[in-house]
This record gives sequence, structure tokens and C-alpha cells, in this order.
Amino acid sequence: MSLTVFALTGAALVGLGVYGLLALPHLLRRIMCFNLIGSGLFLFFGAAGARGAAVDAIPQALIITGIVVALSASALAVGLVVALARRTGHAALPDEDRAP
Amino acid sequence: MSALVVVLTLPLVTALTVLLLPARARVPVVLASSALIVLAAGALALAVWHGGPVTLAVGGWAPPLGIALRADGLAAALIMMSALVMGAVALAAQFELTPDRVGARMGFGFWPLMLLLWAALNAVYLSRDLFNLYVGVELLSLAAVALVALSGSAQALAAALRYMIFALAGSLLYLAGVVLAYGAHGTLDIGLLAVRVPAHTDALALGLMTAGLLAKTALFPFHVWLPPAHAGAPAPASALLSALVPKASFLILIRLWFEAMPDLASGAALLVLAALGAIAVIWGGVLALVQKRLKLIVAYSTVAQLGYLFFIFPLAGGDGSAQPWAAGAWTGAMFQALSHGLAKAAMFLTAGIYIAAIGSDRLGDLRGLARTLPMTGFAFALAAITLMGLPPSGGFTAKYLLMTSAFAAGQWPWALVLAGGGVLAAAYLYRPIAALFAQRAQTAARPIPRAWQAVPLVLAALSILLGLLSAIPFDLLQIGRPAPAQEGL
Repeated sequence: MSLTVFALTGAALVGLGVYGLLALPHLLRRIMCFNLIGSGLFLFFGAAGARGAAVDAIPQALIITGIVVALSASALAVGLVVALARRTGHAALPDEDRAP
Repeated sequence: MSALVVVLTLPLVTALTVLLLPARARVPVVLASSALIVLAAGALALAVWHGGPVTLAVGGWAPPLGIALRADGLAAALIMMSALVMGAVALAAQFELTPDRVGARMGFGFWPLMLLLWAALNAVYLSRDLFNLYVGVELLSLAAVALVALSGSAQALAAALRYMIFALAGSLLYLAGVVLAYGAHGTLDIGLLAVRVPAHTDALALGLMTAGLLAKTALFPFHVWLPPAHAGAPAPASALLSALVPKASFLILIRLWFEAMPDLASGAALLVLAALGAIAVIWGGVLALVQKRLKLIVAYSTVAQLGYLFFIFPLAGGDGSAQPWAAGAWTGAMFQALSHGLAKAAMFLTAGIYIAAIGSDRLGDLRGLARTLPMTGFAFALAAITLMGLPPSGGFTAKYLLMTSAFAAGQWPWALVLAGGGVLAAAYLYRPIAALFAQRAQTAARPIPRAWQAVPLVLAALSILLGLLSAIPFDLLQIGRPAPAQEGL
């Protein structure tokens, strides 16, 4: 039962993230949306991997690795956004709606 | 086996070492280490050639507990091609990306990023575990995005961010598929997935992973990020991005569709993949035809050339896998990957030489440069022969194999696209060649060292040699070929 709740929460996070990714031009929000989708997937992964009474260690190990990967990707992305904002004064891609 | 460990770890170790070294020692250390990795790649290819696929269970743990690394003929060929391209790019970059020429940041940043990219490529070529592949392809994307942003101009930063959005979305789609596959089967090893009990989520998992990898391979309609990113990076970085990076995600597609889940390859899905490839060939070619800058022409040509790779799916996958023409189509697509890698790297390096010589890559400014820089003009023309698919180049062997398979399979539309794509390539490459070999020089060129000019020439010559000596790579590619492509034509 609780596993279903985890899996549904994960799915909801992915949905929120996808919506934000499509709707929000501000690059910082997009990066946060990527993290939302990632977190949703990891939550779903934990729920889907926990089969039966015994704890499956492999999804946990993979999730931790995935979090590290997501962290480094976010760090690089934020660095690029800051550099772009310093150059252009806008934290959005040039041919899209300019973020406030 | 030790060669396998060296190609995997030495780039990573050198990337970290370079960060600590003083500026003077940086380039010699990178060049020495690159030479070692090229040697190790050669040793690995020899080991695969003589003894069949080389397998390494990391830490002595066999799957499903541990992670398997395996070098089959295809992986060995790609590692060898990447090593040659990387070595050549390092040789060219020592002339091109000197700190006094391009600034301290680019002069420093290129080297660790190049080595990280190399480590990620080799990790993807060798991995047999879907999650390990995810980490590899993510490391690859991060290094590639950083290379695009290297110049630090607003244009390059925007191109890098657009690339990153596509790459991250692709990674997450792929990850979602991996999660579903693990949830259904409890394993992510490709060999174990091949013998799994089919589950009803398999098709969704494969679809998600494929969509993610297509975004990273820049197949039409996911190609929009590629031209600004590849044209905006410094030329040696463009060479790596265009020649090698898309091949890694394409290889994962091959592993998925031919090795992990060949039973899911329905005719309609294979047709869609190849149709997107066909559109990419035509659309990329048409857009390359109207560009005014050399680097953009070469970048759009990458969009077109990557399209050919996807003809492998209907010709060698699904029901077609048991047919006699499957082996030809499979090998043809791999030849295309290898020869495009060599020729495209050569082309971007020549573009770098022209930019260093006259400070521009606009076609109008390139007029007559073949007179002042004859070696570079010759290198560009040789690389163009491979991309057009004229004999005796590697590109010709690739297109010949694909075309005969298409006719043998009765799927003649692909052959039409192959012929049309060749004509388009000839047309869009004629414009820079006509400009280069024009009678009168437009701009005075700065002198370029001969050693630098020789680097793209060697790469372009290798892409021709690939066609002349096609028997050796042909046999290497057959070693450890996945079961769905076992029959010979």
C-alpha cells in the first residue's frame, strides 16, 4: 500500500516537472524541473525496486549514484545560467520569452 | 584485459592529473598519455582480433551482482577510431589552443574536458549494464556541454544551455526506461535482459530509452541543438563533438535493439526510426546547402550523415535479422559510423586551421586559400570524398553495403535516400571546395605550421584507407556480433 503511495507521488513529481519544463522559460526554474523529474523517478525506482519483504540494495545504490549525477549536472547547468545572465542580463534562452 | 583497463582508466587519471600540473607540463603530459591510450586501444583491438571478445567482471563479481565490461569487435573498432581522433585532436589543439592565442581559460579547460570525454566514451563503448551506460552517457554529455561553452561568449553559452536541456531531457527519458526495466526484471545487465521473461512494460521501457537516446544522437526532429553547439565550440572541440559524441548514444541504441531486447523490434517501430533517419539525411543536406559559414555547413552535414546510421534498423533488425542481407546492413552502418568519425574530425580541424589563418570561416573569405594552404585544402577534399560516399573511401564502403542490403531486402526507398543524400553531400561540399580552390586569394593568410596542417590530412587519409583496406575492419566488426545479425550475405 505505502509502496503505491510512493510510486504515485513519484509519478506526480515527474508530471509537475514535465509541465514546468514546457511552461517556464526561466532557466533556473527549468533546472529545478529537471531535478523534480529526477527525484520523482528515483522515488518511483525505490518503490518499484522494493519487492517483497526483503530490501533490495541495488536500487538504493543506483539511486545514490543517480543523485550524484543529477547534482553535478545541476551544478554545471547553474554555472552556465549564471554566466549567461552576466553576459546578457537575462536568464532565458535568446529566442524564447524573456524571463523577468 | 589490461589494455581494457588502461583505455578505461588512463584518460580519467590524466584528466585529474592535468588539473594539478603547471601550464608548461600540461600539453606534454596529455600527449604522452594520449599516445599510451592509442597504443592500448590498438592492443585491445589486437586481443579481440586474435582471441575474440574480451570480458571483464569488475571486482571479480559476475552479473547480476557485479557489472560486466566487454569489448566485442564493434566496441574495439569504435575505441580505436576514437583513440585516433582524440590523438589527432590533441596534436592539433596544442597549436590551436595555446593560452596566448585563445586566453588562459580555454587553453587550460580544453585538456581535462577532452580527457573526461574520452573516458566517458570508452566507458560507454565497454559497458554491458544499462545503469552504467546511463552514468557514462551523462558524464559524456556534461563534458560535451562544457566544451561547447568553453569560449564563454553569450552565443556559445546559449548553445551550450540548449544542448544541455536536450541532453538532460534525454537522460531522464532513458533513466525512466531503465527504472521500468529494473522494476520488471530485477536486472540491468544486457546479457541477462536478452534472456528475460517478457513483461508488459518492456515496450514502454524500450520506447522511453530510445526516445532519450535519439535526443542525444540528434536524430531529426531532435537535431535543433546540434548545429549551434557544434559550430559554436572551438574547432578541436567541434571535431570531438561531431565525430565521436553521437556515436556513443547510437551504440547504446544498437545494444538495446539488437542485444538486450531484439524480440521487441516490430516492423513499424523500425520503420519509424529509419524514416526519421531518411528525413535527417535530406533535411540536414538541404540546410547545409544554404549555410554561409564553413563550420555550420560541416555541422549540418553531421545531422545528415547521422541519418544513414538509422537505416540499420529495418535492414538488420526485427524480422530482417534472420535474412541474408542483415550482416551487410549491420556492417555498413558501422562503417558509416567509423568513416564519418574520421572524416568529420578532419573537416572540423581544417576549419580550425582556416579560422587561425584568416580569422573567419565565411565562405567568401575562404576564397583561394588552397593556394596558400595546399595541404589543408587537400585534407578537406579527401574528407569530402568520404562524406559524399565516393570510391574508394570508407564512406563508399558503408553506403555500398547499405545500398546492396536495401535492394536485397526489397526496401528500395532507402537506396533512393542513400543516392539522394550522396548528391546533396556533393552539392553542399562543392561550395566550400569551389571557394577554397578559387583562382585569386581573398584574404592574406597567417602562416600555419606544417605539423598542424598534417594532422587533418592524416585523419582524412585514414578515412580513405578505411575503404581501401575495408577487409580488416570488416572482419573486426564481425567478432562478437549480436545474434540477430549472424547470417552473411
